[in-house]
Amino acid sequence: MKEYRSKLARKEAIEGYLYAIPWFIGFVVFTTGPIIASFLLSFTNWDLVRTPKWIGFGNYKTLIEDPLFWRGLKVTSIYAAFSVPLGIAGGLAIAVLMNQKIKGLSIFRTIYYLPAVVSGVPVSLLWSWIFNPDFGVLNYLLSLVGIKGPGWIYDERWALPSLIIMSLWGVGGGMVIYLASLQGVPTELYEAAIIDGASSWRRFWSITVPMISPVIFFQLIMGIIGSFQVFTQAYIMTNGGPNYATLFYVLYLYQNAFQWFKMGYASALAWVLFLVILILTFVQFRIANYWVYYESRR
Amino acid sequence: MTLGLKTTTIIIRVLIYATIIAGAFILMIPFFWMLSTSLKDEGAVWLFPPRWVPKPIIWENYKTAFTMWPFGLYLLNSTKLVVINIIGVLSSCSSVAFSFSRLRWPGRDFFFLLLISTMMIPGQVTMIPVFVLFRSLGWIDTFYPLTVPAFFGSPFYIFLLRQFFLTIPKEMEEAAKVDGCSTFQIFSRIILPLSKPALGTVAIFTFMGIWNDFMGPLIYLNSESKRTASLALGFFRSAWYGGTHTAVLMASSMIVMLPCLFLFFFAQRYYIQGIVITGLKG
Repeated sequence: MKEYRSKLARKEAIEGYLYAIPWFIGFVVFTTGPIIASFLLSFTNWDLVRTPKWIGFGNYKTLIEDPLFWRGLKVTSIYAAFSVPLGIAGGLAIAVLMNQKIKGLSIFRTIYYLPAVVSGVPVSLLWSWIFNPDFGVLNYLLSLVGIKGPGWIYDERWALPSLIIMSLWGVGGGMVIYLASLQGVPTELYEAAIIDGASSWRRFWSITVPMISPVIFFQLIMGIIGSFQVFTQAYIMTNGGPNYATLFYVLYLYQNAFQWFKMGYASALAWVLFLVILILTFVQFRIANYWVYYESRR
Repeated sequence: MTLGLKTTTIIIRVLIYATIIAGAFILMIPFFWMLSTSLKDEGAVWLFPPRWVPKPIIWENYKTAFTMWPFGLYLLNSTKLVVINIIGVLSSCSSVAFSFSRLRWPGRDFFFLLLISTMMIPGQVTMIPVFVLFRSLGWIDTFYPLTVPAFFGSPFYIFLLRQFFLTIPKEMEEAAKVDGCSTFQIFSRIILPLSKPALGTVAIFTFMGIWNDFMGPLIYLNSESKRTASLALGFFRSAWYGGTHTAVLMASSMIVMLPCLFLFFFAQRYYIQGIVITGLKG
């Protein structure tokens, strides 16, 4: 009997590996392999044509002295520092409003979610046209209230804020998630707090936020990783300009690899990106111990 | 004089509705603006102040979008990529998710943790070696680099499907085993049919991702006849800086956006469910 059971277990294990094979192959060929390859390439000089030349830490030395590398890092960090928290705060605020037993909830939810459904090139083209300083709708609406709008994506100072504003158009994406998680917060907690005389502001910070903090945390992590991947908007709308004001990290990486064919240098950039994301995620997990509340871990 | 509790409640509710309606209106402005521009004649595009309702309405722009360049072909290319990717993602990810949720094998939990952590690695980190690999296979300017990876599982979708598979009661499987069902039969006749909503969600996400992908086609496709709609639209931009064709460009953008909007309207339930599964249980 025991032997029969172990035979069954072995059969199941073999089947388990078989069914997971696509991912095992994908993991080696498209993730681990490339990460190692990219690490090795980052120590070479390679233009895709001649044989790669080993130059040790050469690329990393260049990188530290490359103002555009720092610019890419700065632009991307500023973008993440504004668009992610603003997106979370906005999405959460709308979700809280929508959670007040609103009539026509599903219609409003659809409307708010709609901008998050579309993305990529058409959205970038649409917003380029919205941001047009002379004929765009944004400056037209501002002119109605007597404000002369700036040059938006054509103005060095306003280009990055423009892209942050554009990102907030998709605020409904997070809203749907917060709304669902708000509905999962037990009402008894609120009832008890009301009896204890807690104000609605206090209830929000002492009940709502802790109870949905794992969701906020997840959105924060994914939001920051997403910010470090911004490419299409920057490529289509500003191509990194004006005067490098929107030179997002990945755009610079792309230019090095596929416009200038500096594969070694671009690999060094890719590896630094990998490390930056790794460190940011790790730090956030450490900080999370202080503010994220997991019910099961009480 | 203090307001009664009831009056205060009413005022608060009015404020809530006013905020929600105003916000909804603001979020819709870009869509109105796009639609309005796409129906103007090129002269009316450059009027200030702009007119919201074009006069005359030029439906022609939507026709021009197809006649001024092979836009139909580009849309067809995008469609091909979408279909192949959906097939690839559904087959590979459901199989892997089945293994991670319903079968027991040594190292499973470790590998699952590994899978979750690879979700956090952006594609740009692995982009260059993967490009070099596909180039050495002679796959540049073909659809292979944009389709083949789908058949090797995507961590995010595997995770989503696994979460869903875990909710299917174990008893159904045990009963099937007693009846002599093989593992493959359990997978194909019990798990998959019960998971249609989750599979639908994955298909929709894949559609959106591939349809709107720009960087992939930009890197791998060279010939004009192979361009996807998004890629072609991106190249159209450079012609646009001359200041012409804005109306047609907006009409074309509208056409590329429409499938996503329609899909969302008709499959909203799957859509939101998928977002909630992955967003909440992360």
